Amino acid sequence: MTANLTKQKTSTKLKDLVKKPQILTGGHRLCAGCGAPIAVRQMLLGVPDNVKLVVANPTGCLEVSTTIYPYTSWNTSYIHCAFENAAATLSGVETAYKSLKEQGKIKEDYRFIAFGGDGGTYDIGLQSLSGALERGHRLIYVCYNNEAYMNTGIQRSGATPMGSWTTTSPHGNSSSGKKENRKDLTAIAAAHNIPYVAQASISHWKDLVRKAQKAFAADGPVFINVLSPCHRGWRFPMENTVEIARLAVQSCAWPLFEVENGKWKLTTKVPKKIPVGEYLKHQGRFAHLFKEENKDVLALLQENVDAEWEKLLQLCGEAE
Amino acid sequence: MAISNKLINSQTNKEKTGNDKTINNSKAVAIVGTDAVSEAMRQINPDVVAAYPITPQTAIVESFSQLVADGLVKTHMVTVESEHSAMSAAIGASAAGSRVMTCTSSQGLAYMWELLYIASGLRLPIVMPNVNRALSAPINIHCDHSDSMGARDAGWIQIFSENAQEAYDNTLQAIRIAENPDILLPVMVLLDGFIISHAIERVEIIDNDIVSKFVGDFNPPYSLLDSQNPVSVGTFDSLYGYFFEFKRQQEEAMLNAFKVIKDVGKEFGEISGRHYGLFESVGIEDAEFAIIATGSAAGTIRHLVEDMRSRGIPIGMIKLRVYRPFPAKELAEALSGLKAVAVFDRSDTFAGNMGGPIFIELRSSLYDLQQRPLAINYIYGLGGRDLSIELIEKALGELIDAARSGQVKQTVNYLGLRE
Repeated sequence: MTANLTKQKTSTKLKDLVKKPQILTGGHRLCAGCGAPIAVRQMLLGVPDNVKLVVANPTGCLEVSTTIYPYTSWNTSYIHCAFENAAATLSGVETAYKSLKEQGKIKEDYRFIAFGGDGGTYDIGLQSLSGALERGHRLIYVCYNNEAYMNTGIQRSGATPMGSWTTTSPHGNSSSGKKENRKDLTAIAAAHNIPYVAQASISHWKDLVRKAQKAFAADGPVFINVLSPCHRGWRFPMENTVEIARLAVQSCAWPLFEVENGKWKLTTKVPKKIPVGEYLKHQGRFAHLFKEENKDVLALLQENVDAEWEKLLQLCGEAE
Repeated sequence: MAISNKLINSQTNKEKTGNDKTINNSKAVAIVGTDAVSEAMRQINPDVVAAYPITPQTAIVESFSQLVADGLVKTHMVTVESEHSAMSAAIGASAAGSRVMTCTSSQGLAYMWELLYIASGLRLPIVMPNVNRALSAPINIHCDHSDSMGARDAGWIQIFSENAQEAYDNTLQAIRIAENPDILLPVMVLLDGFIISHAIERVEIIDNDIVSKFVGDFNPPYSLLDSQNPVSVGTFDSLYGYFFEFKRQQEEAMLNAFKVIKDVGKEFGEISGRHYGLFESVGIEDAEFAIIATGSAAGTIRHLVEDMRSRGIPIGMIKLRVYRPFPAKELAEALSGLKAVAVFDRSDTFAGNMGGPIFIELRSSLYDLQQRPLAINYIYGLGGRDLSIELIEKALGELIDAARSGQVKQTVNYLGLRE
């Protein structure tokens, strides 16, 4: 469980990565400009050669858009069971593999990966995820985090940032959007003391692919939280998905780090931290925060981002 | 201590009580119902068990965990954090081509509810003993059938057990029924909480080799771990898809189950001397009126019915074994020409004086008969309320009155209710 994941010999050079097989194939029905398939494809660039893969989804955008019967976009084995149980379902698949492999009924090496949205991961699927992490299954759980329930039409989740408009946290005369801070799910996952936990963003593909490679090398549970903007829910032009994700990293609203065998490490430093407003102002979900009556909320958001960033720097041994 | 150690050391019992005295391949032991189930699970030796403790099922999980710890089974056990995850993991493991079992009771079964439909909809032959216990509120740990009746439309085969022996026998047969290529449906084996699960009874355990041969290997039609044929399981089926056709195929599988359950019951009779069908009849051929019951209550009722028959009273009894699929046609044929039937239900439907679930379905089954028997319903034993001989005698008296007078005084009756 304490293998040094950093020393795995894998390449993140584009000329090598382009030779990787396409596991999530084209032709799926996700929106143009959706962050989710970018997160999936970048993660799957980390699949080692010569291993087989089983993918699991909870119910969500990714599931309904990639498996419209009788078609499937998955060029590998795939299972969807329900909304809150991708981790438990995949833990059953992984256990069956261990049992059948031990009996000599399966020869190949398999890896197991789940991709869940933040609704299915932060909220309704948290118990199932925590159980699977605690039981030590060799599986990877990736949250493609778009900070709200997008499949049902943009409702607030435990991942939605404070101040954000959603259809269930609308702003109005007596509200300036979501009142509560999002929960820190990456830290919650790290508290399970599993081999590898990371936070990533689709804007930093090299960082993400390196984390994916470590994830597939880990001999135990892995959790990776990938910021995957949704232009429909966040209200920005569809061609800006990756750029918005980059601003989240540059403003430290979404820091990139990893926790490898308990050791916290900042994987992308931010020498020139931009104000959080520079990230928020491009998104319709935060437009109301730039009105005079909501300037306190915007200031509070900046305070929270600063405090969380300082805390992270301390955990990573980077504090001044 | 694991039950298996006791069983392995126990003496072979030469004396047989089954209806085929020539079979001598088992040993009789005195064990509680939960150990009868875990003993069946040991012999089935599933690839994966995913389970979560709940009274009164807990003893099954405990004794099976010990079997795993002692290396007496090849099973990989997933000790999940909830029943919801137990059934989720079972679904994942079954879709991965392994033989999977779990077990539960009451709230645990209720917590699995959405997944029960997914297990049957994905046609996964998971076998699950359910130790019947009342559903909250008020919270109550004792027996009634409200838990499994809540799952009656979930697409699972449901088989009731009268005693620990039947819980053992049914668990073994359930594997064969579930995995039959014409079925591929999950099966729930039902045994009454405490009355069966925690009472010590004489149980004949069939020799390991014979059980292994009877159970056989699982050959899944699809598997997530078949690398040559990757599959997408649980895909999205929308307005222009095949949802309706899938559901109709599930019903076809249930129709096929009638024959398969009878065939497996017959084959099981050949190795055990205990033959099983969809239901068991006592004196129904020459009866004028009859009782229909299921679970442990059938034992007490049979005792009274046989006593009355010995005194020349034309009463019969049907012990319903298979509740899903519901053997409507066969029951109607058996009950045709009778003057009256009394149906015992250990759960209520709260449908507004419609009676219990077995009553509603049995009465519907009788509708097309030219000469329908009168039908009376007795709801009894909710939350473990005792079903005494006196209460059954009261019901029998009313049944006889109805048969003789041609009139039912009250259709739905609550037996043993404090009023």
